[in-house]
Amino acid sequence: MAIIRARGLGKSFRVADKQPGLGGTLRHFFARRLKDIPAVRDVSFTIESGEVVGFLGANGAGKTTTLKMLTGLIEPSAGEVEVAGFRPFRRQAAFLRTITLVMGQKQQLIWDLPPLDSLRVNAAVYGIGDADARRRIDELAEMLELGEELRRPVRKLSLGQRMKAELLAALLHRPSVLFLDEPTLGLDVNAQVRVREFLADYNRRTGATVLLTSHYMGDITALCQRVLLIHQGQLFYDGSLQELTQQLAPYREVCCDLGAVYPPEAFRGFGELESVAGHRVRLLVSRDQLTGTISRLLSTFPVLDLEVNDPPVEEIIGRLFREGAVA
Amino acid sequence: MSRTLRLARVLLSVQYAYMLEYRAEIALWALSGLLPLIMLALWSGADAAADLSLSPAELTRYFLAAFVVRQFTVVWVIHIFEEDALQGRLSPYLLQPLHPFWRYLAAHIAEQATRVPFVLAIVLAVWLFGAGASGWPPPSTWLLGLLVTHLAFLLRFLLQSVITMACFWSERAAALDRLLLIPYLFLSGLVAPLEAFPPGLRRLAAATPFPSMVDFPARLLSGGEVDLLGGLATLAAWMALLLPLYLMLWRAGLRRYAAMGA
Repeated sequence: MAIIRARGLGKSFRVADKQPGLGGTLRHFFARRLKDIPAVRDVSFTIESGEVVGFLGANGAGKTTTLKMLTGLIEPSAGEVEVAGFRPFRRQAAFLRTITLVMGQKQQLIWDLPPLDSLRVNAAVYGIGDADARRRIDELAEMLELGEELRRPVRKLSLGQRMKAELLAALLHRPSVLFLDEPTLGLDVNAQVRVREFLADYNRRTGATVLLTSHYMGDITALCQRVLLIHQGQLFYDGSLQELTQQLAPYREVCCDLGAVYPPEAFRGFGELESVAGHRVRLLVSRDQLTGTISRLLSTFPVLDLEVNDPPVEEIIGRLFREGAVA
Repeated sequence: MSRTLRLARVLLSVQYAYMLEYRAEIALWALSGLLPLIMLALWSGADAAADLSLSPAELTRYFLAAFVVRQFTVVWVIHIFEEDALQGRLSPYLLQPLHPFWRYLAAHIAEQATRVPFVLAIVLAVWLFGAGASGWPPPSTWLLGLLVTHLAFLLRFLLQSVITMACFWSERAAALDRLLLIPYLFLSGLVAPLEAFPPGLRRLAAATPFPSMVDFPARLLSGGEVDLLGGLATLAAWMALLLPLYLMLWRAGLRRYAAMGA
């Protein structure tokens, strides 16, 4: 059953159009010019209940604006959106009890107080009784490996501890639809892994629907089977992550450690040279020429070690946009 | 009902804990609200009490009461709302089933609670050292005065909340509040009791909500003569005008909200 439906969704922002310099400043002061900038254009998709979907795109592609429309923070300029049977912008209490939005770079916890104080407020706002709130906090704290940190002022917590406490606060009311905007932003690798594991566990236990944006492809590959790819406000791809990498990256990455240093020209005819760093060489080789290229590499160079990988997804997406494949 | 009471209790206690983190700042704010006591010194020193048709004792009581009223009617919602809107902190509030108005109101009430010791200390000091502070009105008048002071606070909070809605249209709406500062200072009764004003100026002041914010509660607190029912009716009328205006602007503003910084 579809829990999120967006049809022809669009959002434009009216912004000041000011020329640089003193002249531009004076003109802008006396006769302000405004123009409409489209941030999201004609975006349509549906998400089934319980799905974990990754929302990909470069900075300014329209991911966060779409999330804001789905949560009801901003009103769409065009199109329709429905989440759990509600029109988000009406922000009915029943709708707000169903969803949560976690923004990696923003916080809802009170900075100078321990997270437990913010959790008390959230419990009261959502009408969760004291005993029930304690039970939920204990359960989520255990999943998130939080203990004494909940009693320390938020400002004294590390970024990772803060993010985990934010997640706890955002999930206390047991929302069935989670919108996560860069939930691992700025976290170290270990903290990223723990947050990912928690989200996967939460999804398994509760069957919650998750729509996740992230710059870290590790988040997407670890959690999402399906991705939405947005570029310049338009939806470019909607499908499985595996299909995306297969369709759009018909090559594999070959990394070799060589017994000697060679100039870049030496690798002409061995696929696309990604980098040469001393003895280490990275090449992108077409899947259909992979076996032949590896044989030639082994016979031409003193290869000490060789690895064949799928290229990182961020690299695939970066290449797509650089090559103008989505223009 | 019990859920609402629990919510109020939790909001107030957490906000109080938050405000106590800034106790030094609050002490400075309390001291910065000494204007009525400065005005008391000015009027007393210049033999001007006679011009105000008040005895020195009445003058002392009035300005001390105005000081108390001022301390419990300080409103800063426009500044915090503007910051929250610009920094993106408003967004999480909007996604919870509680109107942000209540959070800001709770923060103000909690801040008032933290002022109590400073206010009591200053009132006691003026009481002990101030000439003519004898003959205070009975406790029942004080209690009624404090109740009306809080109604005056609600009116001021509502008025500033209406102006705060300009934050949805402008990134620097707090400047609008500064525009109101001068008429508030002069027409509320902070610099002198309104009954000492020329009739024309008194009529002008009466056409604004400002006398309800200081003059009315201060005269009540100081045991002066007041038209209690008329004063309460004026307070209620202003609130009845401002509340729907606030709700209308809130709804219109939300349509413009771009959730910046979020």
